[in-house]
Amino acid sequence: MERRAAFAQSGLPSRKLESWRYTDLRPLAALDPIAAPAIVDTTALAADLPALSGPRLVFVNGRRAPALSVAPPSDIIAAGGFVADPARFAALPLAVLNAQFAQEGAEIVVPDRFDAGRLTLVHLTQAEDTTPVFTHLRHRIALGAGATLTLVEYAAGHGVYWHNPVIEITLAPGARLRHIRIQAETQESFHTATLFVDLLAGARYEAFTLGLGARLARSETHARLGGTGAHAALSGAQLLRGNQHGDITSVVAHDAPGCTSRQTVKNVLAGRARGVFQGRIEVARAAQKTDGYQMSQALLLSPEAEIDCKPELEIFADDVKCSHGATIGALDPEQLFYLRARGIPEAAARAMLVRAFLDEAIEGVADGAARALLESAIGGWWEGA
Amino acid sequence: MSARIEPRDPIEAATEGNYKWGFETAIEMEIAPKGLSEDTIRLISAKKDEPEWLLAWRLKAFAAWRETCEPEWAKIKHPPIDYQDLHYYAAPKRKPGPKSLAEVDPELLATYEKLGIPLRERAILAGVEGAEEATPVAIDAVFDSVSVATTFRETLAKAGVIFCPISEAVREHPELVRRYLGSVVPAGDNFFAALNSAVFTDGSFVFVPKGVRCPMELSTYFRINARNTGQFERTLIIAEEGAYVSYLEGCTAPQRDENQLHAAVVELVALDDATIKYSTVQNWYPGDAEGRGGIYNFVTKRGACRGARSKISWTQVETGSAITWKYPSCILQGEESVGEFYSVALTNHHQQADTGTKMIHLGANTKSTIISKGISAGRSNNTYRGLVRMMPRAHGARNFTQCDSLLIGDRCGAHTIPYIESRNPSARVEHEATTSKIADDQLFYCRSRGLSQEDAVNLIVNGFCKDVLKELPMEFAVEAQKLLAVSLEGSVG
Repeated sequence: MERRAAFAQSGLPSRKLESWRYTDLRPLAALDPIAAPAIVDTTALAADLPALSGPRLVFVNGRRAPALSVAPPSDIIAAGGFVADPARFAALPLAVLNAQFAQEGAEIVVPDRFDAGRLTLVHLTQAEDTTPVFTHLRHRIALGAGATLTLVEYAAGHGVYWHNPVIEITLAPGARLRHIRIQAETQESFHTATLFVDLLAGARYEAFTLGLGARLARSETHARLGGTGAHAALSGAQLLRGNQHGDITSVVAHDAPGCTSRQTVKNVLAGRARGVFQGRIEVARAAQKTDGYQMSQALLLSPEAEIDCKPELEIFADDVKCSHGATIGALDPEQLFYLRARGIPEAAARAMLVRAFLDEAIEGVADGAARALLESAIGGWWEGA
Repeated sequence: MSARIEPRDPIEAATEGNYKWGFETAIEMEIAPKGLSEDTIRLISAKKDEPEWLLAWRLKAFAAWRETCEPEWAKIKHPPIDYQDLHYYAAPKRKPGPKSLAEVDPELLATYEKLGIPLRERAILAGVEGAEEATPVAIDAVFDSVSVATTFRETLAKAGVIFCPISEAVREHPELVRRYLGSVVPAGDNFFAALNSAVFTDGSFVFVPKGVRCPMELSTYFRINARNTGQFERTLIIAEEGAYVSYLEGCTAPQRDENQLHAAVVELVALDDATIKYSTVQNWYPGDAEGRGGIYNFVTKRGACRGARSKISWTQVETGSAITWKYPSCILQGEESVGEFYSVALTNHHQQADTGTKMIHLGANTKSTIISKGISAGRSNNTYRGLVRMMPRAHGARNFTQCDSLLIGDRCGAHTIPYIESRNPSARVEHEATTSKIADDQLFYCRSRGLSQEDAVNLIVNGFCKDVLKELPMEFAVEAQKLLAVSLEGSVG
């Protein structure tokens, strides 16, 4: 109960904050959740795990679930009890809230020049009865010089809850992290994830985020290219319907010279869904020879869907090449006609065109199993439509 | 210092920190005491012999202004403005009309000289009797808040066009002013618009009746002249069914050490099949190379395409002012109405520009085009901020936006902040933005053909802005190109 009071006091960001102008958290404030209780027997949740082999770290209601986890190789340190430093995130109310409440999380450290293969990080949240619950996890992932890792992150649950994780990622020179994220929370839940990625010289961060679930979701990424020649690729897709609200927000800060960033974000919006994309590329004085590109595209599949897009460039160096593009429209009736004329039923034709629309964002996902998981999640979206 | 608008050599004529149009006219002024209160507003209203409804409207705006705060979202920084430390009314003293140019206040003539106004027009502007004759451009010269003279009115009157100071329109066409004033930019629309609505002293009024194509380009020279008078112009342009009007607004201001506030409001109304083309060259004093002085330009410009197939086109070349805060917008209400925004914003030294547009698509098959070119040099910051909104009933609406930024030097900033919102699946929005510098190979190419570094940069910058400059009427296009060159002086090397 004390926590509940603290939660009420610290407050959620309002739409008066420029970075929250398109996402209204009042429904979340009205939720009045309590801290998620521990679940003693987690075995029943095994069915919720993604079909991926290999090491797996599972968290249930904000606590480690060893019964569902598969230990990673001993070279990888996967410790817990990580304590966060809230100073850096003072301007981000949700990260501040996380810092206040987070008690657990994974700390994954990959040693220099080690290829750690694929690791799956699973968040499951379950509200036991009708009382909404919240979880605040904080993870830290650090790759040593030249190390590589493919991290698949998966979030799902049962009932009404608020999941507010923070993940801090640091990539040493030459490290490479492939990050695939699937957000498949329940349609009644709230999902607000904040990601911090720091890249040193020559490091590569390649992310793809798929947002399908939640009544209200926000995936916020802050990437800082702090060493020469670093590269960040932040791609993402949202498929939303009903009354869902999905927000993809990113800030890519080019702080060092000669870095590149790429971003492709796709929104597919049906029903009365509302999609938001806010993406800012910041280029500091010192970041000469920056090459930044961002593309945001949205498909509105129904007359009541809405997209709000704010691609920003903030540039203080002159020898740069930065651009963004944004398009919004409906499915091309001619393409639809072409497929129908070849005997493909309307629903299948629409699914094909939407899948093709998503392709550019997904094509960067190299891991076969992860990709199969994405494909089945996207395929499943149509069944619910 | 060159006294003509056309310098012998554009590069030479505008040496750093030496504002070519920096002169001050010592004409006898009538000035209200400093400060803003209901009394100030009543004074302005009384001075201008205004009807009761207008005073009530001003007071309503003033009440709204007191309730609102200065907006803070723009990427601009300035010391706090003390709104009580300004004069809200300054008018040149009235004199009987002179018989010839020889009788005209030599200071006033000298100002016209520096503005490059042709002799014939000068006489008309100065109110010389019998000086009026046919010339292709009509000028409503606004000399610190009160229109000194309005020219070519008879020629326009024959066509049925009303072109006069808005204070005169209040007296002579109250039904029109009352009907349209504040109908596009309401009295309490935003902080600066509310301020303007409360204290505006003058501005231009244009009414083009049904089916009339305005026989000439209409033009206003805005001048900020007296020390410490914020200028609050109010412009209202109405084009009835099938009418066409092209309006030019050119701005220069005397050099000054203190920052000056300017908060203008421009309202455009286009009915069925009407077209309004509004072009601006803004070259107010930008402050010196160290960022001292310069005009604070907080302007609300908005056009309503009320009628079907109506069109409003904004073209602006912004090279002046210490701070530019300006978003000429279009509300596309009528079916198949068209909104256009063509902009060049150039900042140098310590200038700050936060400018762009809003295109609000309400009606079906409405179209908008946004072409914005931002050039930053020196230690300046240049921001494009724009909104494209497709409302649920904007079936088949289209928008195309192209925002390009050019950086010259590594101490300036170029920012692009578009807001794109769509609630209609049949509406199509395309947005592109790029930021780059002048390519070395382009420079090399020009240099190897014998162009100096500065000429090469000017050539490339003019090429960069071509899509916008070609939208300007001829007279302006020439001046605009020179302005760009002059404003860039000292930033290349």
